[in-house]
Amino acid sequence: MAVEVKIPPMGESITGGLLAAWLVKSGDAVRKGQPLFSYETDKVTSEGTAEVDGQITLVVNAGTDVVVGQVVASIEAGAAGNAPSAAPAPAAKPAASSAPAPKAAPVAAKSGAAAEISPAVRRLSEETGLDPAGVEGTGKAGRVTKGDMLAALSGQAPIRAVAPAAAPAAASAPAAPAAAVVIPSRDGRTSRKRMSPLRRKIAERLVQAKSETAMLTTFNEVNMAPVMELRKRHGEEFLKKYGIKLGFMSFFVKAAVQAMKEVPAINAQLDGEDIIENHFYDIGVAVGTDKGLMVPVVRDCDQLNFAGIEKAIGDFGKRARDGKIQLPELQGGVFTISNGGIYGSMLSTPILNHPQAAIMGLHNIVERPVAENGQVVIRPIMYLALSYDHRLIDGKEAVTFLVKVRQYIEDPQRLLFGV
Amino acid sequence: MSQFDLVVIGSGPGGYVAAIKAGQLGLKVALVEKDNSLGGTCLNVGCIPSKALLHSTEVYQHAVHGKKHGLVGAEKLTFDVAAMLANKDKVVAQLNMGVGALLKKRNVEVVRGLGRLVKSGQVLVRSTAGDRTLETKNILIATGSVPVELPFMKFDGETVISSDHGISLKAVPEKMVVVGAGAIGLELGSVWARLGSQVTVVEMLPGIGGPAYDTDVAKAAQNAFEKQGLKFELGAKVTGVKKTAAGSALTAERDGKSLEFPADKILVAVGRKANTTGLGAQEAGLKLDERGRIVIDAHYQTNLPGVYAIGDVVTGPMLAHKAEEEGVAVAENLAGKKGHVNYGVIPGVIYTDPEVACVGLSEAEAKAKNIEVAIGKFQLAGNGRAIASDCTSGFVKVIACAKTDKLLGVQMVAKGASEMIAAACAHMEYGGSAEDVARTCFAHPTVSESFKEAAMAVSKSSIHSL
Repeated sequence: MAVEVKIPPMGESITGGLLAAWLVKSGDAVRKGQPLFSYETDKVTSEGTAEVDGQITLVVNAGTDVVVGQVVASIEAGAAGNAPSAAPAPAAKPAASSAPAPKAAPVAAKSGAAAEISPAVRRLSEETGLDPAGVEGTGKAGRVTKGDMLAALSGQAPIRAVAPAAAPAAASAPAAPAAAVVIPSRDGRTSRKRMSPLRRKIAERLVQAKSETAMLTTFNEVNMAPVMELRKRHGEEFLKKYGIKLGFMSFFVKAAVQAMKEVPAINAQLDGEDIIENHFYDIGVAVGTDKGLMVPVVRDCDQLNFAGIEKAIGDFGKRARDGKIQLPELQGGVFTISNGGIYGSMLSTPILNHPQAAIMGLHNIVERPVAENGQVVIRPIMYLALSYDHRLIDGKEAVTFLVKVRQYIEDPQRLLFGV
Repeated sequence: MSQFDLVVIGSGPGGYVAAIKAGQLGLKVALVEKDNSLGGTCLNVGCIPSKALLHSTEVYQHAVHGKKHGLVGAEKLTFDVAAMLANKDKVVAQLNMGVGALLKKRNVEVVRGLGRLVKSGQVLVRSTAGDRTLETKNILIATGSVPVELPFMKFDGETVISSDHGISLKAVPEKMVVVGAGAIGLELGSVWARLGSQVTVVEMLPGIGGPAYDTDVAKAAQNAFEKQGLKFELGAKVTGVKKTAAGSALTAERDGKSLEFPADKILVAVGRKANTTGLGAQEAGLKLDERGRIVIDAHYQTNLPGVYAIGDVVTGPMLAHKAEEEGVAVAENLAGKKGHVNYGVIPGVIYTDPEVACVGLSEAEAKAKNIEVAIGKFQLAGNGRAIASDCTSGFVKVIACAKTDKLLGVQMVAKGASEMIAAACAHMEYGGSAEDVARTCFAHPTVSESFKEAAMAVSKSSIHSL
């Protein structure tokens, strides 16, 4: 029996995305639970897995835009299939599904023909890195002409993502997901590639935040010596007990939660002309990945201890880099902390994570001369920034919030007592 | 029950190739031919005999001008027209035999007589041996074309002659006037001019070679031919023939002025027309267009089911190779395959010295289609092989799309252009660009390198020109 492989539902707001890469080939034997393809939406990158054991027949090419519920492959349940390492795949048995499954053959023929490219196409391919296999051919029997290459390079014709051929040696390892097609210009001085759905969404959201809110930023500075001292004193024990390092982030999350309790306007958002006040403390922590910025949300930070927060952040960081963050983990945050300091930023003005009302930016820690009690002393100083939606939050509240954060960081014992 | 899967009427290059292809593909085929010899116009009175004469007269010309190559006594060389004609006939006879042998090998039954289309599925063949009716599933009409006759100066075979006569003149006319500067007129004019005839070519259009060629190409060819003694009277409208004290003269007018060209022979080569004589087209209800050509659809089928037509008797350039391609396509379609002819890549050649050849669009045609073009030219004077072989007359012109670099057309005046153009056709068939040609390795030294150089010149990167 053939089982259809469909694009899984990802959440209410997601209707479709990009089938970024196939991790298996037509005719391959697949096992239940095995990742079959990587899938990019405007929010997350995820994987689709096999629901049964059997032999797979791919229906949709990598690089295709797909919608939730779309059939992208079928698995002949129980059929033997080829071991992924098997060299030339015998023609896959036509799947007995109602929808006629396209034969795998044209794909193979295409890549075969790609080897017989004209000299000008070869030159362009080698100079620009554009794989002719991803270009729609208008020549005889679909051959790619120089004109087709130039059209693709100039952005006048679409380019299909091409799954890299699996290296013969890599027996059971799935092929690496196809990287975005990068097209250098003819003179090599510029290059062009399509935005990923995630990047497109980031761009859209950032512009939205800029244009739909009254955003401004307030700053403060904080002496990190007390926190550093605490980490020095308890860090080793903490690591031993919880299996994770005591970082700065847990201090700032705790400080932010406490400050939000005292300045509730920070923990609110606008919905049309209504103000929604949140009575929970789900804090987004920005994580940089090679695909773009992700902001997974640490739930109920008011109820988590330092170790719980550090563990949650560490886990998110790892999974974000592996492209394994699930969509629900990105949703529902009330406030965001972004740490540009890890890249060395001294000072910045973060952009709101719309529709949240405020975002706090952390920066690098630099020893600076400061005056204390009439004396110039050297202290490890971090600048703090708070961008906020001025429609909802007054300057007094924003500044108060940041001052509170500063106080909690400079005197962490305050966190114990909530004063 | 049908005797045949396919009956082909006419054994010219369209008909006999279709018959052979159909035979190869397992169809039971009959080929009807009214003439004694197989091969149609092309083999008997067209392409082949004219090429034999062109070769003989070229050999003679080379010998006459052989002094610089060390030949002694060349100036005193004479020739024997009868022997040249005999050689031509021998070439034709050899090929007649060859076509017969190929047909036999493919089990094609050759039926002698005039084929008449009775209706779909039935052909009546009339011959001195009696009538025979062929029952067939399909009929292919490939009856070709005949020379166009000017109504006011009909062919008499003596003074006013067609190309059929022009390949068999027993003696060299002192003065010859050729009406029409197309391929046939230029080739036969060249043959007799090389043997000493004073040849004047009268053409209604402002340039020679026909509308397929760009002006610069036509002009270069004209210059080359004028050096060989041909005279051209362009833009002149022929009005008739008149008897003079000295014999005959062709009359014409240009810009309102009357012209007169004394001539022993007037070769009328103003084109050819579809031949449906004796086919019974009207009686069978076969639809013809206003020029007497059989009307066909995209699959070469006429208005009668199962009746197909190809070659000169239908629309398109009257070229043997065009007919051959169509014949193959029909045979393949009938055998359940997918035949296809790429009309955008059909070469045209004038087999003079130098030869003139083209394929695809001319620069003028491309511009008329509002395509921005990039042109590359290379003069044969810069080609080593051409210099060594004494054939520096002419040039190659590549017409490429300025945007995509795709080859749109190639035109050339060159010794061996008929062979060189094949490379252009192959590149164009696959959608090749000028750069593709430039990056293809050509043997050195060859005149063909001029094509490569012209392709490089499209991007101003020719190696052997400035």
